[in-house]
Amino acid sequence: MPLRIAIVGVGYSGFDSMTPGLSTRELMFEAASRAYEDAGVDPRKDVQSFICCTEDFWEGISITDEYMPDQLGAVLKPLCTISSDGIVGLATACMHIMSGIADVAVVESHSKISDVLNPDEISSFALDPIYDHHVNADPRFVAGLEMARYLKETATKRDYCAQVAVKNKKNALLNSRGVHGANLDKDAVLNSNVASSPLTELESSKTIDGSIVFVLASARKAKKLGDHTVWINGIGWSSDTPWIEDRDLAKAAYAEQSASRAYKMAGVRNPATFFDLAEVDDTYSYKELQSLEALKLAAKGKAGKMVESGTFDRDGQLPVNASGGSLGVGHLLEATGLHKMLEAVLQLRGQAGRLQIPRAKKAVVQSWRGIPTATGAVAVLGN
Amino acid sequence: MSQKITSYPGHEITPEDVKEGKYLDVVYKFEPKYSWAAGVAISRFLAELKEGRIIARKCMNCERILVPPRMYCEQCFRPTDEWVQIKDTGTVNTYSISHVGTDARRLKTPILVAVVDLDGATPGMGILHNLGEVEPSKIKVGMKVKAVWKSSSERQGAITDIRYFKPIGEE
Repeated sequence: MPLRIAIVGVGYSGFDSMTPGLSTRELMFEAASRAYEDAGVDPRKDVQSFICCTEDFWEGISITDEYMPDQLGAVLKPLCTISSDGIVGLATACMHIMSGIADVAVVESHSKISDVLNPDEISSFALDPIYDHHVNADPRFVAGLEMARYLKETATKRDYCAQVAVKNKKNALLNSRGVHGANLDKDAVLNSNVASSPLTELESSKTIDGSIVFVLASARKAKKLGDHTVWINGIGWSSDTPWIEDRDLAKAAYAEQSASRAYKMAGVRNPATFFDLAEVDDTYSYKELQSLEALKLAAKGKAGKMVESGTFDRDGQLPVNASGGSLGVGHLLEATGLHKMLEAVLQLRGQAGRLQIPRAKKAVVQSWRGIPTATGAVAVLGN
Repeated sequence: MSQKITSYPGHEITPEDVKEGKYLDVVYKFEPKYSWAAGVAISRFLAELKEGRIIARKCMNCERILVPPRMYCEQCFRPTDEWVQIKDTGTVNTYSISHVGTDARRLKTPILVAVVDLDGATPGMGILHNLGEVEPSKIKVGMKVKAVWKSSSERQGAITDIRYFKPIGEE
């Protein structure tokens, strides 16, 4: 039997380069208010568990979990913070519901990156302090290392990566949340400044502010809550070794593991033909190719060619990041997974507006925690 | 160590050992920088402090007057409704006399920390601040106090625009 946890409400705020008018907490209140309205729940009465996905250094406040209850309606209610991507938070909410601790659980994650004046200092600080921290460069050098190894091992053509950025930035032009949408060609992407070779600036997603809230419910409870339920049928998450030097830099092994668990749970046997859409990690251009192969949506080394031939376009055989993804919309730190989930949920509800993929019924969503991590999560959704 | 225990097993590392490099470590000074957006409620609160006033928000549902002000009521989970000017006088809810600084050293002059319930706010709501112009031994829970402000030219829209709270006689 596949997993059957209902997504009964979603809400978001922000999706802008800066949100100087609102505090993090006010941004969260806005997203939470919308999600509760969407679900038809009162957080003071109907919710038994609240989960936030945040990281203290991004917040600039230690033990940041303590500052989460008020704006979510969670004062004197069970709340915990998980310092990981939002999809890991959803997995925790699923467990709370399956165990009977909660009928209704809420998951929030956000980015208030505009409050951080030197984000590179924080990413660099995530490198092993003794073994790796000596490299005094923009931390995207790790992405450059992965990309070079991926291109070499899969014999993928360099400009296929650029095509990912072209596709996603173009998709984002149709998305009201798409901060970094643009109509570019491959040359523009390839000729933009090199961040850390072979990766260029236009192949790197840019961070934005935003808060996203999900309301989850048991199947029994979901019957009473609205008529636009989307189901989580499988979920998985995984972390590889932190040693950059020792893990397989050519592939996203964490995504492969997460997907195989989520697929098994959901009963997905042939992922390449099973889904109507996919929202996968595209923090950097090559990451989308790596992720598609890890998720078995493309054979090893074939993702680039398929992107080039239009298989993953919005009107292609399997639309991938039809929303614009992180390259087109923007990167939301630990809320990136919830952003991808949000886009997939709107698609499966038929509420994606100009982005709508006809007859979308099944979706796969995948996220990565960013440099220098090797942690990711996958969710299988159906309506 | 105690009367019964005069030494612990193992080898004690002395400051000299560290100086001589017998034990290796890596030193790094982490320097993240932030510029927190104060938001709608706290921005107004700070702007009012600059004018020498304290402002709160009222929730019409539970009728509480909230300070520090917030744009949402955490009990009712709804937006708050209006700004309310409250007084710069109040009552010491609790206090503590701190003898240890942030660097763990003993302080020559102790720091007088108090939670002050502000007049005009819902009872039990107020401000965490320092006390001044008072002998530590004379501080009492329930004591009436009043804000001592910096001069208007010194105020910059910060919680420290109030220097401290000092005792006032019962009215």
